[in-house]
Amino acid sequence: MSTYLKPAAMMLLLLTLVTGAAYPALVTVLAQALFSDQANGSLIKNQQGQLIGSELIGQTFSEPKYFWSRPSATGPYSYNAAASSGSNLGPTNPVLIDAVSARIKALKDADPGNKAPVPVDLITASASGLDPHISVAAAEYQIKRIAKIRKINEAKLHELVNAHTEGRQWLVFGEPRVNVLKLNLALDQTGH
Amino acid sequence: MTGQGFLQIAIYIITLLALAKPLGTYMARVYQDQTVGLNRWFAGIERLFYRLSGVKPEQEMRWTHYALAMLAFNLFGLLAVYGLQRFQDVLPLNPQTLPAVTPDSSFNTAVSFATNTNWQGYSGEATMSYLTQMLGLSVQNFVSAASGMAVLVALIRGFNRRNSNSIGNFWVDMTRSTLYILLPLSFLLAIVLVGQGVVQTFNPYQTVNLQEAVSYSAPKLDADGKAVVDAEGKPVTETVQTQQQTLAMGPAASQVAIKQLGTNGGGFFNVNSAHPFENPTPLSNFLEMLSILLIPAALCYTFGVMVGDTRQGWTILGAMTLVFVALVFVTVPAEQSGNPALNALGVDQNASAQQAGGNMEGKEARFGIVNSGLWAVATTAASNGSVNAMHDSFTPIGGMVPMWLMQLGEVIYGGVGSGLYGMIVFAIVAVFIAGLMIGRTPEYLGKKIEAYEMKMAAIVILIPPLMVLGGTALSVMLDAGKASIFNPGAHGFSEVLYAYSSAGNNNGSAFGGISANVPFYNFMLGLAMLFSRYWLMIPVLAIAGSLAAKKTVPVGAGTLPTHTPLFVVLLIVTVLMVGALTFVPALALGPIVEHLQMIGHH
Repeated sequence: MSTYLKPAAMMLLLLTLVTGAAYPALVTVLAQALFSDQANGSLIKNQQGQLIGSELIGQTFSEPKYFWSRPSATGPYSYNAAASSGSNLGPTNPVLIDAVSARIKALKDADPGNKAPVPVDLITASASGLDPHISVAAAEYQIKRIAKIRKINEAKLHELVNAHTEGRQWLVFGEPRVNVLKLNLALDQTGH
Repeated sequence: MTGQGFLQIAIYIITLLALAKPLGTYMARVYQDQTVGLNRWFAGIERLFYRLSGVKPEQEMRWTHYALAMLAFNLFGLLAVYGLQRFQDVLPLNPQTLPAVTPDSSFNTAVSFATNTNWQGYSGEATMSYLTQMLGLSVQNFVSAASGMAVLVALIRGFNRRNSNSIGNFWVDMTRSTLYILLPLSFLLAIVLVGQGVVQTFNPYQTVNLQEAVSYSAPKLDADGKAVVDAEGKPVTETVQTQQQTLAMGPAASQVAIKQLGTNGGGFFNVNSAHPFENPTPLSNFLEMLSILLIPAALCYTFGVMVGDTRQGWTILGAMTLVFVALVFVTVPAEQSGNPALNALGVDQNASAQQAGGNMEGKEARFGIVNSGLWAVATTAASNGSVNAMHDSFTPIGGMVPMWLMQLGEVIYGGVGSGLYGMIVFAIVAVFIAGLMIGRTPEYLGKKIEAYEMKMAAIVILIPPLMVLGGTALSVMLDAGKASIFNPGAHGFSEVLYAYSSAGNNNGSAFGGISANVPFYNFMLGLAMLFSRYWLMIPVLAIAGSLAAKKTVPVGAGTLPTHTPLFVVLLIVTVLMVGALTFVPALALGPIVEHLQMIGHH
């Protein structure tokens, strides 16, 4: 048996040095040199230089004057970026149906005149609980409410949403979407 | 389904098949010890490794020795991952000062990564230090994949050789798989992923100020930091406000690259490739998804080159691809059709230019339905198990397909190495069945298939169903097993069945609602992973040894050709018959019942 144990132990040690130490170290050095912004979390700073979020990580927005993010299932509070999680609720689970009903009610309460059907991503929890995006439909759905509260022209909000819509990557991959944090930061910039 | 959806799926499959030949050719050169461009960089390291380990690379092994070397190496790997977790609190590179992992969870995770399963009972960002992720988990991502590739190469040599008592050298096959194939591909992928936004840093978690404060209820603590309890002994909660967000960080890109390429699938973060720091853009998603099937598909071509007839490789790749494409077009439309219960509430689930629509619970907006469904099928066709959407929230039929793909034995592409050696075993069974039907002596690639090979093949095919069905039956009978179920009704049964299908076929994905990080499941699923990995590898190596010792029979009038469309059909039928006959009764109790309930209510 010892014919196998020594090579096994040595091989593991040597391969650990290469794949567990040298490889991640080299990737880190190159990543920091080539893409330091992305490698460190694509962070966003405000004009005072304070960190106010990441382009890639969503935040909770529940005030009616903002575009709301997708529901998040992270605990103990939504959009906890130190504990990513989905809801794992199955499609026939009554808890899911209740949660969705409550979310629809919250949207309707904040915007009683809006009779349009609710875009599905706006009332379902994302996989990560940190989804930074909503669909274009979900952004458009909220324009009436925000226009009323902020006393801002709806056309101007459509323009803003358009300007913040990310199309399919390379015209093919993924889905068109809007980054909620960036959109809301721009919304505050309008001064309304 | 939309035209855009068809387009994305078509691009994926065409790219995958287009890369099979160049990468397959390259890997064949690596395994046949021919010069490749990377020799200049790695040949010296390779020789140094052999010298320091006392390995003689030219020394060939019998199949028993090959198996022992593989087992000894995997045992040490398992012990290393266990030890790193148990002592991570006193080891360096632990900026969040995470405590040591519990013994049962450490055991489960060590088994999980050594067996190329990467079932994750824990939550990455809340449990594992950077050191454990790198030195423990990342390393096993490489070497468990390399172990699977080595066993495959040994099996292929069994067909190539005649009257030989050896099937190669495990140390050489494993080392070359790591240095010449997995490492360079991972390096390239990791750099591209960082460019898309995957984090790669040793800095601690980053705190940022939120735009809007979040309130939540938390247990009230007294001055000593102990939980306050009321008169009835229940903990008192208070409403707390926070205006900060802590962003989990780490050296993720280097690990994400190999977990995709090595069909490992163990995420750096809890939600795996649904996490925006692990899979930030549609392009990163495409590359990660391509990496899942890249090596398993290309190995089919390698197989063809090494047995001297590339048609044999294309035949197997063709059979795999046909099953894969058919099942993609079950899951994606099922998810796109959405949840009938939500339609009744006035929710818009239709796909349009402005939204993906469909069943978006547990899916990310940037991926939508098509990329979530395609990923789910790819990750379970291969024994990868990484996810970019929560399978537990899929529609019953959308979630049944990933479960069934695992139950088929992870042979539709399958794990790196393990998928193809599993499929070759099915091919052996297929020629045997064909031989019985038409009265020809079963032969495959010039070797007579006899009783010994069939016995070993039967073990390979029967162990995983035993683990899956036995484990599920036991768990749903015991209170310890039922206590972890999250969703009610038929879906809860599906959670248990999915867990054993995943562990019992070394996949690693989950219906994540189940609370698997408890001693009962850590132990049971750990055992399932061990048996399904090694009790398959050993009989496969036994087949390799037995075939290598045989003489080659020339192709004659009585030989069934194994490179024809007929054989593609025969192989598919064999795989599907075994999978269907074994698992349809169990599936009927889970996803099928749930589907009927779902459509029956509305």
